[in-house]
Amino acid sequence: MAATLAQKIWADHIVREHTGEPDLIYIDLHLIHEVTSPQAFDGLRLANRKVRRPDLTIATEDHNVPTLNIDRPIADPVSKLQVDTLRKNCAEFGLRLHSLGDVEQGIVHVVGPQLGITQPGMTIVCGDSHTSTHGAFGALAFGIGTSEVEHVLATQTLPLVRPKTMAINVEGTLKPGVTSKDIILAIIAKIGTGGGQGYVLEYRGSAIRALSMESRMTVCNMSIEAGARAGLIAPDETTFAYLKDKPHAPKGADWDAAIAYWKSLKSDDDAKFDVEINLNADELAPFVTWGTNPGQGLPLSAKVPNPAEISDPEERGAAERALTYMGLTAGTPLKNIKVDTVFLGSCTNGRIEDLRSAADILKGKLISKEVRMLVVPGSARVRLQAESEGLDKVFIDAGAEWRTAGCSMCLGMNPDQLAPQERSASTSNRNFEGRQGKGGRTHLVSPLVAAATAIRGTLSSPADL
Amino acid sequence: MDKFVTHVGTALPLRRSNVDTDQIIPAVYLKRVTKSGFEDGLFAAWRNDPEFVLNNPEYAGATVLVAGVDFGTGSSREHAVWALQNYGFKAVLSSRFADIFRGNSQKAGLLTVVLPQESIEAIWSAIEADPKLSVTVDLEAKNVRYSEVSVPFEIDDYTRWRLMEGLDDIGLTLKNIDEVTVFEGKRAAFKPKTLPALS
Repeated sequence: MAATLAQKIWADHIVREHTGEPDLIYIDLHLIHEVTSPQAFDGLRLANRKVRRPDLTIATEDHNVPTLNIDRPIADPVSKLQVDTLRKNCAEFGLRLHSLGDVEQGIVHVVGPQLGITQPGMTIVCGDSHTSTHGAFGALAFGIGTSEVEHVLATQTLPLVRPKTMAINVEGTLKPGVTSKDIILAIIAKIGTGGGQGYVLEYRGSAIRALSMESRMTVCNMSIEAGARAGLIAPDETTFAYLKDKPHAPKGADWDAAIAYWKSLKSDDDAKFDVEINLNADELAPFVTWGTNPGQGLPLSAKVPNPAEISDPEERGAAERALTYMGLTAGTPLKNIKVDTVFLGSCTNGRIEDLRSAADILKGKLISKEVRMLVVPGSARVRLQAESEGLDKVFIDAGAEWRTAGCSMCLGMNPDQLAPQERSASTSNRNFEGRQGKGGRTHLVSPLVAAATAIRGTLSSPADL
Repeated sequence: MDKFVTHVGTALPLRRSNVDTDQIIPAVYLKRVTKSGFEDGLFAAWRNDPEFVLNNPEYAGATVLVAGVDFGTGSSREHAVWALQNYGFKAVLSSRFADIFRGNSQKAGLLTVVLPQESIEAIWSAIEADPKLSVTVDLEAKNVRYSEVSVPFEIDDYTRWRLMEGLDDIGLTLKNIDEVTVFEGKRAAFKPKTLPALS
C-alpha cells in the first residue's frame, strides 16, 4: 500500500502492534541534556533499573551552561547542581557525555548532526521539543517529556499513537535575502501554533529540495512551533553528501547498504496525506514576529496589525494582549521598531552557515551603538570552525560579543537574559512572554535580518542597508 | 502514579488561549532535580499581577483548571505538569491541548479533558458566577458534571484504563521486553552507535 515517509519509518520501528494499545516503537537514538533527565535517572534508581542501550544514548550540557568564562565553576549554584547531576548520572549509568569544555559539547541538536549520528530513517527522541530538527535528515524525531525519557532509558522503546501526516509543499525559488527561517515563520503564520497538532509534517517541493542541510534543519526545528511534534524532509543527494565522512556515518559496505535503504525513504507518489498545504516560495519575504507566539508573524515590510481588524475573538484577544506585552502600537511599521539586543544563535540558527551569512553582512561595518549583539555558536565545533574562518574577528570588530556554545539567550536559563521591557531581534524559535528573560520582548528573525538589525538598530533586512 | 477515577473539586477559570509551557513554568524554575517543589513557579510571571485569576482568593483551593484553546504549547518540559500537580490541580479542561503536554500529563496522572469550546465557555460562566461551584470530572463515566449539567468527553480506552489503574508505562512495556530483544536482533548493522565515541 502507498505510504508517506513518516508512515514508512514508523512501520520499520514497530516492536509490538496490538489492537486497543498504542504501538510500541523502537528508538534508534536518545539524546540527553541536564534539564529534563535528572528525575528520569532517579526513577531508574528507585526501580533498580539499568539503561538498556547506553550505546544508543548520548548526553551533552547545553541549556544551563554559561557562555563566558567556561573554565571557571558555574556561578549559579542551582545550574551547577543540575549539570553536576547529569555528570554523576552519566558516570553511574555508563553514558557518553560531552561536558562543558569538551570539543564535542554544544546544543544537543547541533551535536547529533555534526557527529553523523543523526541519519535518515531513524527514530530519534530527546527531552526537548526541538528534537524535530533531526527530521531534516529524513528521520522521525520528536521531543518527549521526562516520564518518556525514563521509559526510553529503561526499554529503548516508547508506546505511541500513530500520528496523521501533513504535506507542506513549498514550490518555487526564494528571492535573495529570504532564508529557510522565513519559510518556516511563514508556514507557522499560515497554519497557526496549533495547526500541526497530531501530525507529522513533511516539507516537500522544489524550494525545500534546494536548501542546504543546515537550512533544512532550521525548517524542521520549528515544526513544534506549528504544533507538530515532528517534521521531516526526504533524504536526497544533499543529505548523503553532508553525512559522508562524518565521524559516525557508516563506512565501507555499511555505507553502501545504508545508501540503498536511505534511497527508499520517500513518500510514494500515490501516498495520501491527511492534509496538504501549499506555499509559493517566490512570494516569500523576510519574516518577523510582532507578538508573543511564533504564529504572530508578518513580512518585515508590514505594519503592526490592528487587533480590531481581527474577526476571530480568541485571536483578537491574543493580539491585544500581545501588543500590550510587546509595548507596540497598531499601525507602526515593523521597520520602525527599535531593538536593544540582537541574539544570533540557538538550535534554530546557531550553525556555521548561519554565522557565515550574518558575518557577510557585518563585515567591515559597525553595529549600532544602542545595540548589544550576542553571537553564540551552537557547538564548540561550530565555534572552532568560525574562528578558523576569521568570523569571530568580523563579529568582534563590528562590536558584537563572541561567546562559547550553548542554548544561551534562546531560553535564558543561564545568565544570558533580557531585562524587563528590553527588546530583542533573535534568531531563536520562541517569542513567548518572558522566554528570553522576565518581561523581555522578542522578535523572531533570520540571521540576515538579525545582522542588518544590529547595524541599523531597528528591524531591518540587508536590502535596507 | 496515583489512580484517577473520579475527582470532585472547585474550578479555576483561565480565560487565555495559547498558554505555552514557558507561561505555565518559566525556564528559570526548571533547575530542580526532583519532581516536587515546582508550585512556586506555576504561572510565575502572571502571578505578579494581583488581578491574575490565580491570585483571586475566591478560587483558592481549586483543583480543576479550565483553560482556553491550545493549552501547553511549546517546550516539552514535564515540569509544567508537575507544577500544576504540585500546586494541587488534578485535571485540566480545554478545547485543545498541545501534543507533548497532553502526553506528559497522561504519563504523570494529571487528567487532560478535551471539551468543545462552547462547553468551556459555559463552565467559565458557571464558575465565575459561583466560584465554589462543585465540578466533577468522572473518568469512569467519561463526563464532566456541575449543577444540572453533564458534558461527555472522549478519551481512548487504553489511556483511560491506564489512568484508572494508576499503571506505570515502563512496567507494562517490560512485560513484553522479549519482543524488544527480538526486534533488536533484526536491526540493520549500519545503524549508528554512540559508543565507542568517534570524533
